[in-house]
Amino acid sequence: MSGHATYQPKNAFMQWMERRLPIAGLVYSSFIAYPTPRNLNYWWTFGGILAFMLGVQIITGIVLAMHYTPQVDFAFNSVESIMRDVNYGWLLRYLHANGASMFFLAAYVHMFRGMYYGSYKEPREVLWILGVILLLLMIMTGFMGYVLPWGQMSFWAATVITNLFSAIPVVGESIVTWLWGGYSVGNPTLNRFYALHYLLPFVIVGVVVLHIWALHMVGQNNPTGVEPKTDRDTVAFTPYATIKDSFLMVVFCLLLAWFVFYIPNFLGHPDNYIPANPAVTPTHIVPEWYYLPFYAILRAIPNKLLGVMALGASIVILAFLPWLDTSKVRSANYRPLYRQFFWVFVIVCIGLGWLGSKPPEGNYVLIARIFTVYYFAYFLVILPILGLVEKTKPLPNSIAESVLQASAPSGGKA
Amino acid sequence: MSSAEPTRRDFLYIATGTVAAVGAAGVLVPLIAQMNPDASTIAAGAPIEVDLTPIADGQVIKVFWRGKPVYINHRTTEMIKAAQNVDVAKLPDPQPDSVRVKPGHDQWSVLIGICTHLGCIPIAHQGPYDGYFCPCHGSIYDTSGRIRQGPAPLNLALPPYEFVSDSKIRIG
Repeated sequence: MSGHATYQPKNAFMQWMERRLPIAGLVYSSFIAYPTPRNLNYWWTFGGILAFMLGVQIITGIVLAMHYTPQVDFAFNSVESIMRDVNYGWLLRYLHANGASMFFLAAYVHMFRGMYYGSYKEPREVLWILGVILLLLMIMTGFMGYVLPWGQMSFWAATVITNLFSAIPVVGESIVTWLWGGYSVGNPTLNRFYALHYLLPFVIVGVVVLHIWALHMVGQNNPTGVEPKTDRDTVAFTPYATIKDSFLMVVFCLLLAWFVFYIPNFLGHPDNYIPANPAVTPTHIVPEWYYLPFYAILRAIPNKLLGVMALGASIVILAFLPWLDTSKVRSANYRPLYRQFFWVFVIVCIGLGWLGSKPPEGNYVLIARIFTVYYFAYFLVILPILGLVEKTKPLPNSIAESVLQASAPSGGKA
Repeated sequence: MSSAEPTRRDFLYIATGTVAAVGAAGVLVPLIAQMNPDASTIAAGAPIEVDLTPIADGQVIKVFWRGKPVYINHRTTEMIKAAQNVDVAKLPDPQPDSVRVKPGHDQWSVLIGICTHLGCIPIAHQGPYDGYFCPCHGSIYDTSGRIRQGPAPLNLALPPYEFVSDSKIRIG
């Protein structure tokens, strides 16, 4: 792929700088002249939204850290003082808490888009795996952040999640004690979670840089899944992608603002406004909504060790997706069967999320088991076989051809 | 490496690399060990004594040892009978009631009140066996603390404890 223009500064200082640190040239080639497929739809704007949300979380997080006390006797009250006393503290905390939800929402949309259009396939395997690593880092960061307010849900989330490691044979108990820094979740646990919650977002930034680097090596996928061949297939990142990304970012901010200003506690749990009490477990304990599908998988399996392994496998299996999907055709637009299985998979994931919020009894467990089987069968059975037996639709010769055909008066709108 | 014979330079590479690896491993020891319970946490985990006299028949009290809740259940005669008349072989974690209490103190069941599934606190006097019920994922224990239903794999753990006198125990 050739670019649309190269960076040639006219300004004498910029010319001087470019010979020493070509950072302006890097920005120009990455975010201005960078060729993007001309047929990208709005599902492709979520990468930019995620970068934006990461920025929101880091800025609000650093400010919150200036007012927060990571000590078991003061943590809960310091969060309450952020809410009541600190100037605009309520806004910053609600932005941070709801921002985490929006961050995960954008990440899940981003992942489903990648799955629908086969964005993980050769040559984008490393790009995809870096994304799975980002998801794991987000899960860890989100969990540790949830512990910091030291309410009932915080405390018991910390207890339940760290206890997942106790399922490991022989060394499990020692690992849990090591994670806690004590014989139960306590001050050392809170303190280290705070340190790690501050650290991990910057690790995420580092992996995001790798993710974007890998993206710019292989180029973006697109709704046809056909690689761009000529300059007719692409447009410059600026203004085309920049404007499209910015527009949806604004729409996304509306959603965030709606949560922050109108229903800031809708996604939270009232029990987390009760200070942590090691003597009493809340009667209905559930994680935040973005962990519910994984939680449902954990509970669907009656054996503790196997349940924990299934929970881990449900995330790790994503990293193997590039090799589990045997089809050479990327986009689901040209895979009629795959498309149906994909949408069932989406429904199953949402269904698991709903089941994760329900008590683990009766039919809920049964449905959760069926959905868990489908979740794993999708990766381990359906995708490998489907690629071999499915009759795919003919691919367009180029992106330009598909776009121009679709808008031609005789062909009508697809 | 073109020559098959190892050279003195190969030896130096391996020796240098080995020293660096040992050094790196040595540095990891304090970095990992600092996360284990510190001296004050260990000191705070010393044994505690509990006076049993005020606990009424059928009452369950909760004390804390090492940050963990310990249930002390003053079991009634019916509870003891029910706990003893169980087909042990059919239990998920087979243990007779007799090994879960101190000899001659059948009425006192002392348990670590942490669900063996994922660490929640079961509620006492709940569930079909009038034992313990974990609200998190629905594990049900009997008055002996044995798992009867639900996802927990093991019976409630027993803390190390002994009877100092007939009405006093030392936990730890």
